Amino acid sequence: MKIQPDAAQFPLAFKTVVLAGFKAAKPEVLLNAALMLALLAVPLWAWFADEPFLITLTTRAVIFAIAGVGLNFALGFGGLVSLGHAAFFGLGGYVMGVLAYHAQTYTALLDWPFVIEGSRSMLVIWLVAILLSALLALGIGALSLRTSGVYFIMITLAFAQMLYYFAISWPAYGGEDGLSIYVRNSFPGLNTMAPIQFFAICFVLLILVLLLVKFLARSAFGLALGAARQNEERVQAVGQMPYRLYLIAFMISGSITGLAGALFADLNRFVSPTMFSWQTSGEIMVFVILGGVGRVFGPVAGAALFILLEHSLGGLSDYWHVYLGAILLGVVLFARGGLYGMLTGREAAHD
Amino acid sequence: MSFTLLAEQTLNGLQFGVMLFLMAAGLTLVFGVMGLINLAHGSLYMVGAFAAAAVAGATGSFLLGLVASLVCAAFAGVLIEVLVIRRLYERDHLEQVLATFALILIFSEGTRWVFGSFPLFLDTPAWLGGTVTLPFGIVYPVYRLAIILVGLAVALGLFWMIARTRIGIRIRAGENDREMIAALGVNISLLYTFVFALGAALAGFAGAMIGAIQSVQVGMGEPVLILAFVVIVIGGIGSIKGAFVGALLVGLTETLGRFLLPEFFKLLMEPSAAISVGASLASMSIYLLMAAVLLFRPRGLFGSA
Amino acid sequence: MKMRSLLLAAGFVAVAAGAQAEGVKVGMITTLSGGGAGLGIDVRDGFMLAVAQSGRSDIEVVIEDDQRKPDVAVQLADKMIQSEKVDVLTGIIWSNLAMAVVPGVVAQGKFYLSPNAGPSQLAGKGCNKNYFNVAWQNDNLHEAAGAYANGAGHGKTFILAPNYPAGTDALTGFKRFYKGDLAGEIYTKLGQTDYAGEIAQIRASGADSVFFFLPGGMGISFLKQYAGSGLGLPVVGPAFSFDQGILQAVGEAALGVKNTSQWNKDIDNATNAAFVASFQAEYGRLPSLYASQGFDTANLLISAMGKADVADADAFRAALEAADFASTRGDFAFASNHHPIQNIYVREVIKEGDVFTNKIIGLALENHADVYAADCKM
Repeated sequence: MKIQPDAAQFPLAFKTVVLAGFKAAKPEVLLNAALMLALLAVPLWAWFADEPFLITLTTRAVIFAIAGVGLNFALGFGGLVSLGHAAFFGLGGYVMGVLAYHAQTYTALLDWPFVIEGSRSMLVIWLVAILLSALLALGIGALSLRTSGVYFIMITLAFAQMLYYFAISWPAYGGEDGLSIYVRNSFPGLNTMAPIQFFAICFVLLILVLLLVKFLARSAFGLALGAARQNEERVQAVGQMPYRLYLIAFMISGSITGLAGALFADLNRFVSPTMFSWQTSGEIMVFVILGGVGRVFGPVAGAALFILLEHSLGGLSDYWHVYLGAILLGVVLFARGGLYGMLTGREAAHD
Repeated sequence: MSFTLLAEQTLNGLQFGVMLFLMAAGLTLVFGVMGLINLAHGSLYMVGAFAAAAVAGATGSFLLGLVASLVCAAFAGVLIEVLVIRRLYERDHLEQVLATFALILIFSEGTRWVFGSFPLFLDTPAWLGGTVTLPFGIVYPVYRLAIILVGLAVALGLFWMIARTRIGIRIRAGENDREMIAALGVNISLLYTFVFALGAALAGFAGAMIGAIQSVQVGMGEPVLILAFVVIVIGGIGSIKGAFVGALLVGLTETLGRFLLPEFFKLLMEPSAAISVGASLASMSIYLLMAAVLLFRPRGLFGSA
Repeated sequence: MKMRSLLLAAGFVAVAAGAQAEGVKVGMITTLSGGGAGLGIDVRDGFMLAVAQSGRSDIEVVIEDDQRKPDVAVQLADKMIQSEKVDVLTGIIWSNLAMAVVPGVVAQGKFYLSPNAGPSQLAGKGCNKNYFNVAWQNDNLHEAAGAYANGAGHGKTFILAPNYPAGTDALTGFKRFYKGDLAGEIYTKLGQTDYAGEIAQIRASGADSVFFFLPGGMGISFLKQYAGSGLGLPVVGPAFSFDQGILQAVGEAALGVKNTSQWNKDIDNATNAAFVASFQAEYGRLPSLYASQGFDTANLLISAMGKADVADADAFRAALEAADFASTRGDFAFASNHHPIQNIYVREVIKEGDVFTNKIIGLALENHADVYAADCKM
């Protein structure tokens, strides 16, 4: 099932735009460009070599990268260490699962007080996933942001865990079995079941999300957030409420991760409570830290590296988690600043 | 629903809470003194259970198993404190989370490497088997009663140690002002290792006690760890008293919620739906409790502002 | 994600040189790491034992670890089909993983032979001509437990299972055959480890017996605590809490408990005797239920290979439907929905020397098939 080459070049056009945006050739910019080009080159090569699984694997990395970029916005720029981003990832997944399930079975999602139908359109699903994740982040954030530091870590973890147990025990949408969707949802003009086309969608979304985060980080909001992270009192004196700043940052962060969740569910054509599990939260955090906290492109590098490790270490032994753990430990202890820190120097550019 | 059943369930909640306290006490001490968040605390619980099962299996003595759980968990605690944790005190919470997450991976798969993929056998000793009849005709397993008593004794011991002994004074001083106790000539690095090993030993001990009535298997620690987080968030991080109250609250809410919620919904809807809705809600009850406490006291019940 | 082991039985050269007709490439996705690894390892070992014993050089098996994660299993299925180009998939242990993987696999025209999970959806409306279940439909063992409870004179039984789909199916299956009254019905939390509350409720309910479905570690915890409670009512359950792998961890607490299973090591036929002996010789442990299912799955596949070429899907499917192989369970046939018709036995946990194991004490249901076949339109 091949597609027209021009459809695949559509991300390339975006790539050019992004590259043009970088004026100075700082090492970090070069690294960003190399990273994105590699992420694009691998599936394109796989497409020509007819290795569809490699495309799927890269798509997985790209989606994880989006989830990581979402967390990085709260964590790297706002200093909010959330160990519960699986809540948004899972919610996004279930938005896709539930909407597609109702569309697939021709049943309405809600009959009263007004009728809500399911949907098989990716655009609708993304929009709902983003909105609901933002709403969930508003709820979780409003409570957890009353605290900070280690409280915040544990509370976000606990809320994600609550949703995990809820998803398992709520029978309407499959409980622990999860929900299967037999074909991917539709996107106007594309055949989403073709691995390369679905990859293209995810890749473009990753670029858009990266641009958004870069823009936000440089906006007045981003500057205020960075200032708040460094010194709460000062910002309060200037008149900005850090609580509101944090809450908005948390909502943006949650909705980006929610979008990634919807894409991940579409990639697998399946959603299950595992997406809500605390291990998922831990893995999203690993992407961010592996790449480099507070670097816009950090999670992209982290997610790619994680997939690479998962793929290569698995062949070594049944007990490959031991090696993975040892490598992660090594990164935290000896390579502060993650991949980006190692390759471009210590000082994290919070831009 | 009879009074006896309610009383028995309350005892069960108490017993569950006391066990959670042993987990939470170590976590909250380590956080209070060193400012460290340790996700691998659940792994130490697992180490304790496996050590007890291996030693009790080899020697036939449950008591030796308990001793082994204390020793092995404390040893594992010292080992990871010296090799890894020590380097994390000055780092931010984020790096602590990742490093201890990595430790979970290593401990879990490492344990499977050593002990294989099947659960291990660990049973209650014969002299703690059987049941006793308590007042009001409550028939209760001796072993669970022993857990409550041992747990309460450990809690009292901890309170005494922190309030009355020299090491306790240092621990309290360490919570308040790290530079000062260093200036007073206390070997702070030794103190930290001791506190971490103490927390590890408590977790390992809890693992062994609970392992005797549950399944000793890889991954047994993480669900307990998350409950312990909820406990110390409710109680207030760093407070032993808070951990105790929080543990009992969580234990009672969890046990009674599982029992009463389906009964409650049976009054409102047909039984099979009530059982399902009640069970779903019960699985979320402790998190709702946590949210409610946070609404009124963001720093937990006994947390310092 | 990838524990990869390639087994090319005996004649690697022959296959590589393409000297004979195309063999069969099998993709096995199963759980080899984490808490549930014991089951996957047993299925794999049973399967590979049968492949080795067949002496065939034209079966290639690619094995991957799903870590018990549905999304990983889906990825692996994609990989098996897209880059390994396998003909047949098998190996999945858990119903939720099977629900994630099987519909996609069979829709792409591959065969799937289930060595363990048998969710009701795949037996009824969601059945597929390329999906074969060699183990059981999920309800079967619970139905047998209900039938046994009637025969044993249980009139007021208390039933419990975890609150997830397989748990609901278990209680439904039990109630389908059980004729007495229920003293109570509880759904516990999945992964729950403390059952003191439930045991107190059983005590207060005035039940005369207990039926429970708590697989893996949950069952170990429940049985130990139940034995410690001194309640002493007769307990019935499906085989999943009493398989060879976990019985040693339960210990004395399981002695005398009745459980239902389609297989046991003392089923009297030549295949089974040879299987038990050779499994023990090869791996140094007694085979479990899961190992027998893996063994039977491989033998079914091998029997079909003897009759048809996998490239001719219709002929190969017909060969599978015939189920013309010597099962460790004795008689074995497929119903119209490609799920087994088989005897289900009642076993009792006993101690043989130092080892806890099961012995068959009776037949619960004879030539039993599932109730979903009527909904299946292939």
